[in-house]
Amino acid sequence: MLEVRGLSKRFGGLQAVRDVDLDVAAGSITALIGPNGAGKTTSFAMIAGFIRPDAGRVALEGRAITALRPDRIAAHGLVRTFQITQPFGGLSVAENIRIGAFLHVAEPAAAMAAARAIGTRLGLGPLLDRPAASLTVAGRKRLELARALATQPRLLLLDEVMAGLNPAEIGEIVGLIREIRTAGVTILLIEHIMQAVASLAERVYVLAEGALIATGSPREIAENPAVIEAYLGHGAAARLARTHSSPFDQAAPHG
Amino acid sequence: MPLVVLAGIVLAALPFLGGSQYLATIGLLTAASALVGQGWNLAGGFGGLTSFGSVMFFGIGAYTAAIIQTRWGINPWFGLPAGAALGGLAGAVVGFAAFRAGLRGSYFALVTLAFAEVFHVLSNSLALTGAGLGITLRLAPGLGNFQFLDRRASYAVMLALLVLATALAHWLRASRFGARLVALRENEDAAQALGIDIVRTKTLAFALSGAVIATAGVVYTQTYLYIDPSIAFSVERSVEMLLVAMIGGPGTVWGPILGAIGLHLVADTAQAWIALPGFAAMLYGVVLLAVIRLLPDGIAGMFRRA
Ligand SMILES: Nc1ncnc2c1ncn2[C@@H]1O[C@H](COP(=O)(O)OP(=O)(O)OP(=O)(O)O)[C@@H](O)[C@H]1O
Ligand SMILES: [Mg+2]
Repeated sequence: MLEVRGLSKRFGGLQAVRDVDLDVAAGSITALIGPNGAGKTTSFAMIAGFIRPDAGRVALEGRAITALRPDRIAAHGLVRTFQITQPFGGLSVAENIRIGAFLHVAEPAAAMAAARAIGTRLGLGPLLDRPAASLTVAGRKRLELARALATQPRLLLLDEVMAGLNPAEIGEIVGLIREIRTAGVTILLIEHIMQAVASLAERVYVLAEGALIATGSPREIAENPAVIEAYLGHGAAARLARTHSSPFDQAAPHG
Repeated sequence: MPLVVLAGIVLAALPFLGGSQYLATIGLLTAASALVGQGWNLAGGFGGLTSFGSVMFFGIGAYTAAIIQTRWGINPWFGLPAGAALGGLAGAVVGFAAFRAGLRGSYFALVTLAFAEVFHVLSNSLALTGAGLGITLRLAPGLGNFQFLDRRASYAVMLALLVLATALAHWLRASRFGARLVALRENEDAAQALGIDIVRTKTLAFALSGAVIATAGVVYTQTYLYIDPSIAFSVERSVEMLLVAMIGGPGTVWGPILGAIGLHLVADTAQAWIALPGFAAMLYGVVLLAVIRLLPDGIAGMFRRA
């Protein structure tokens, strides 16, 4: 579905993303993880057309989309959310979602009906007529998701939609993401919350200091010494091996 | 709100009932302010495209009307569609250049100001526009000639255009295009992520704004039968449009009308008492500061809260 090859980006003296290859199979949930500043959001921004890569190419369903404008890429069915939520502050929640719905529904009343249905489905029902600026963090994350979903995407890029939420809220979002996938949307997500990654993703890519250091199932990733080192520092893998535990043990509850 | 609309209709009709040229002149000036304010509002209010140079469209409309009849003998009524078309074209060209370059906020404002100055200089030097002397129309009153001795007729034309422009604002508020324009104003990155073509949407809005403002210039020429560079492209008129929209409530359908009435009440009253050169410009500045400070959503915002 999505094929990324050799993606690279340098900001001044910092190589933010270095030669990243990534594949997302149609119908799958794929996760991109890594420590802070690893280059995850920058990779998303390049895939979605917001940042022009220095090198590399991106193909969506076999069609090259490298360096197309974000709105063109969205029209092709690839839509991203923002880690730092970007609501249309002066508009109501429903109007926010309707902007997404307008991508494929031209008629204003029909787009509004679709927007309200999606908002309700994502648990924003009672908030639909409130100004988006009044939402809590949890509400804003849901709004990001709802707006993107309203564009009827085929591939959704979710950038930390669970950050800042409490465990109950995370549980709900995990359920929603599963539903979205079941409805036929392929998902690539960035997430720090390992429990959510382990229970959602079939395949995980690990980025550290701009480069991919591992890929595999959540279980394989949790046991990979290179990943443990990247998260906990040099020598951590050896120390943990002595105690026979992994920092990700609690992260894979459903086996 | 119906009460307000009723009051508006009565107010708009007043100059026709009295038969006084004085009332008709006040009506004409207020409607003209409301029309350019509404034109500015279409892009500046709904889209947040704050232009400091939208007088260029007024000037283009005014010169289009003057040129087609004095140079080419075309019927003056044709000035309205021709002026609107050229104003729209100028808006599209200037807008496309600026938005393509990613100019926003004060950069965009300054570029529009610069373009208005370019038109000012051009009109001051081209033979087609009569250079510094400007263009004087031959007095030939008559409906077929779009020249009226009775100010009430000019007022009626201006009012009709204002109704059209306000209908356009109303459409903008209800349409997909308008919603996308507002989304761009609120958050460009999010809008683009959701599939909105930034350059296209903004360019269209600025062209629309240009077309509407140009029609006011056409009526100006037909009313005063004279146009020159400093009238056509005065910075003060650019500020007036912005002010009318800001006072009334930017991005609202009725704001510019409320703003024009408000501004004329204040400005005309003050000017009747204090006749200093440059006083109007100073007053505009004070009014703008007061509005930003006290009424961030304009007069229309006050009604909404009430
Ligand atoms: N526009 C930019 N200009 C300069 N440096 C940038 C820019 N954007 C990101 N960076 C830097 O690039 C690196 C990667 O940033 P990025 O946001 O992609 O990380 P991330 O993996 O998403 O991190 P986090 O988990 O904290 O969100 C960081 O060091 C960041 O400071
Ligand atoms: Mg990030």
